[in-house]
Amino acid sequence: MNHSITEPDRAPLDAVLLYVFTGLLALGAIFATAFSDDRLFRFHGYLLIGAFTLAFALLTVALSSDRLRSPQGRYADGVIRAGVIATMFWAVVGLLVGVVIAAQLSWPNLLYFPEHGWLNFGRLRPLHTSGVIFAFGGNALIATSFYVVQRTSKARLAGGVWPWFVFWGYQLFIVLAATGYLAGITQSREYAEPEWYVDLWLTVVWVAYLLVFLGTLWKRKEPHIYVANWFYLAFIVTIALLHVINNLAMPVGALHHRSYSLFAGVQDALTQWWYGHNAVGFFLTAGFLGMMYYFVPKRAERPVYSYRLSIVHFWSLIFIYIWAGPHHLHYTALPQWAQTLGMTFSIMLWMPSWGGMINGLMTLSGAWDKLRTDPVIRMMVVAIAFYGMSTFEGPLMSIRAVNSLSHYTDWTIGHVHSGALGWVGFISFGAMYCMVPWLWKKDRLYSNQLVEWHFWIATTGILLYICAMWVSGIMEGLMWREYTSQGFLANAFVETVAAKHVENVIRMLGGLMYLSGALIMSYNLWRTVRLPSPVSAAATPAPALIPAE
Amino acid sequence: MSGLTYETVAMFAQQGGTLYFAAIFAAGVAYALWPRNGEAFRRAAMLPLEKDEDDNVQA
Repeated sequence: MNHSITEPDRAPLDAVLLYVFTGLLALGAIFATAFSDDRLFRFHGYLLIGAFTLAFALLTVALSSDRLRSPQGRYADGVIRAGVIATMFWAVVGLLVGVVIAAQLSWPNLLYFPEHGWLNFGRLRPLHTSGVIFAFGGNALIATSFYVVQRTSKARLAGGVWPWFVFWGYQLFIVLAATGYLAGITQSREYAEPEWYVDLWLTVVWVAYLLVFLGTLWKRKEPHIYVANWFYLAFIVTIALLHVINNLAMPVGALHHRSYSLFAGVQDALTQWWYGHNAVGFFLTAGFLGMMYYFVPKRAERPVYSYRLSIVHFWSLIFIYIWAGPHHLHYTALPQWAQTLGMTFSIMLWMPSWGGMINGLMTLSGAWDKLRTDPVIRMMVVAIAFYGMSTFEGPLMSIRAVNSLSHYTDWTIGHVHSGALGWVGFISFGAMYCMVPWLWKKDRLYSNQLVEWHFWIATTGILLYICAMWVSGIMEGLMWREYTSQGFLANAFVETVAAKHVENVIRMLGGLMYLSGALIMSYNLWRTVRLPSPVSAAATPAPALIPAE
Repeated sequence: MSGLTYETVAMFAQQGGTLYFAAIFAAGVAYALWPRNGEAFRRAAMLPLEKDEDDNVQA
């Protein structure tokens, strides 16, 4: 590292490493594409060649222009600004696809295009789920974790240009996954549909993410690691573990897109739902709790209600969540004791979840008036309320007797969306509303009135959505178990589908309202970025170059 | 081999697991409530409230 100070014309080592790595990847992609006889694999091969050669060319220019230095005296905020833009972009895409597939469920005859396979519900549905969970949620998590870890550690992100590799590498993963689904490339594992080579790529990106995060913690100037970072770290480490084990598979050939899981039968199902439920627990919960523990106190200008409770919340949450997966497999070939184990741990989760919810809500004690005056904090408080509600509903649905009614019905869909739209969506929107003025050096948002509009339209949308799904879910559950006096099932499956038509339309309208809110937000943020900067911030002098040690 | 039956493995997992989790939970709660940690936690809780939206890393 000393070279870069004494010889300013020499490129930084981290950038050179990335340059060589990208070049090798480009070469590898070219050879793999040239020698593959699999049409779908070649399709992704061309995509990879394009991405890697473009990155290589851009790095060539950047290296020669001396723009890749990392002044240790400044926070690395460029990659976070990019993360905010990506978050909003994928939010709109993911929600839009959700509205489209909700319309397909509402009018299956009108919106069915047998001659265009890629427009089928079966291909669009994973595009929606991955789009909102991994593209929107993942970008929100990466961006906010980079913000929080720097500020609470009082250190610049570690790894020089490698945080940018994490950002762009993750976008490439999303594009590979999304185009793959549309083309029919899938390993049919829920929330883990991408095939083996896309999984390998995500593993590389994720390890880089982990190293950047750990490296930043390593050089922190603050002795204590703030609790939000614990939640983010648990999210990063556990997702790495879940992703690698759930995706253990044998490809048909080294240059072929298809692979087969190493697991079979009930072991396969258990592995899948161990992964699937912890994607909920660690991706959609732990990571966003990290967001809550930083942005709610910051916005309320109050320290977290109980720091001690946050520590108990953390340890009990991560130790209990990892066991809850088998509740997805009630009444299957999974041994009953394993089902009961999953159910019991799910019920135990009530405690840490509600402890965390109370901790988040009570942070506002003494500042409750802000609920009236600040729509951003109202959004985050409603997010915490939805966290409490969906973590109450989840354990309830994991109870075997309740599950016998709720499983495979729309009730589950409603539950997931109260968590995803209410908790994950609103806490992320709140964090974005906070960060955009900070990152672009503005003293305010463009319009609080538009935040009000966003809040009320989206909240109404969520309520329409989940109420419709409760009604249709319980209705279809009851219709499925209805017997005639002779002991035959009273309803054919298609009759239960037809009975849900009105609720499906209401669900689509709710989703459309939520999407409208996200569009209003995107406009508001864009106008915020274009506001003139206040003089004081613009006049902040750049610090003298501080030598890296 | 005869000792390693399903029942013995299950008993080890269930009883050992209960003890293990109880111990881990007790350790976590003890760390959180230990009086001497109070000052560090009070300081840590204030970390997000610092005015650090600026680009420059604070000393």
